[in-house]
Amino acid sequence: MKVAKDQIVAMIKEMAISMAENKIFLTELDSAIGDGDHGINMDRGFRKVLERLPTVVDKDIGSIFKNVGMSLISAVGGAAGPLYGTYFMEFGKVAEGKEELSNGDFKMMLAAGLEGIKRRGKAVVGEKTMVDALEPAAEAFAVAAAEDKAPLACFQAAVAAAKKGKEATIPMLAKKGRAHYLGERSIGHQDPGATSSELVLRSMLKVLES
Amino acid sequence: MVGVVIVSHSLKAAEGIKEIAQQMGRDVPVAAVGGTADGQIGTDPLAIKEAIEGVMGSDGVLLLVDLGSAVLNTQLAVEMLEDEGQDQVVLSNAPILEGAVVAVVESAMGHNLEQVKKAAEEAIHMEKLL
Repeated sequence: MKVAKDQIVAMIKEMAISMAENKIFLTELDSAIGDGDHGINMDRGFRKVLERLPTVVDKDIGSIFKNVGMSLISAVGGAAGPLYGTYFMEFGKVAEGKEELSNGDFKMMLAAGLEGIKRRGKAVVGEKTMVDALEPAAEAFAVAAAEDKAPLACFQAAVAAAKKGKEATIPMLAKKGRAHYLGERSIGHQDPGATSSELVLRSMLKVLES
Repeated sequence: MVGVVIVSHSLKAAEGIKEIAQQMGRDVPVAAVGGTADGQIGTDPLAIKEAIEGVMGSDGVLLLVDLGSAVLNTQLAVEMLEDEGQDQVVLSNAPILEGAVVAVVESAMGHNLEQVKKAAEEAIHMEKLL
């Protein structure tokens, strides 16, 4: 079973809606342990994504995701820009020339996106970052895909893993990003980056559920 | 002369550091870049790339950054440069203000990129309270 391009475009629009809806929530999370701009930055980035989306909807899925990546890189302003920018650029490389995506494609995209973020941010699991949500999600998707489940079930597994990973950041001591400066005081707060990562994946799931 | 780019989350901070540093060598090409495209606190890789290109000469460019996203977006900006440009640009671990002052002094003395970078990074050990 494959996911068509119009659903991919709908997923991207859903991400933008989610970032707008969670702008204050993400900013509050970031105010506790960071510089308090994550929600504002993500919303600004995805508004740019929406603005440019009509110029690429007729192209292949790879071009659409690369455009998402470049829009985030140019407009986010914080570390989330280069990180999510790289994530979606990697999606775009896997999806190059494609008009629909299989489970295998999604599995490779989630893995390549994760590797891109880890390479750029030099973070590993357990450091209170996006990686804490994205790595278990990519792994859960791969397991579900290996069991030949439909894309919907694979994304359900990925989002459940991302949620668990996000919640696991609460007791963690931050080792990366602005929260790192806070040391022990970062403990007890949910990581804003892991939170927005779950929202990105949840937006993709939402389109498949509808 | 080696060019210097100062990347801060705040354009005001970057410009202020540039002013302080250029007192030590007015002929050294220094660019200050900071803030997002809409004037908020943050960093913008496209603006950083333009700043690098603006001071790029045959002796190369030293990049000084403040925090977090300034590092990531400056690395991205370097990757966006033409291949031949990438070899002439180095990111420094130096403290942004003291490093900029030392880099301008060294550049004005005609030292090469490697020497300027090394001296700027050693600024982290400069004693303020003598």
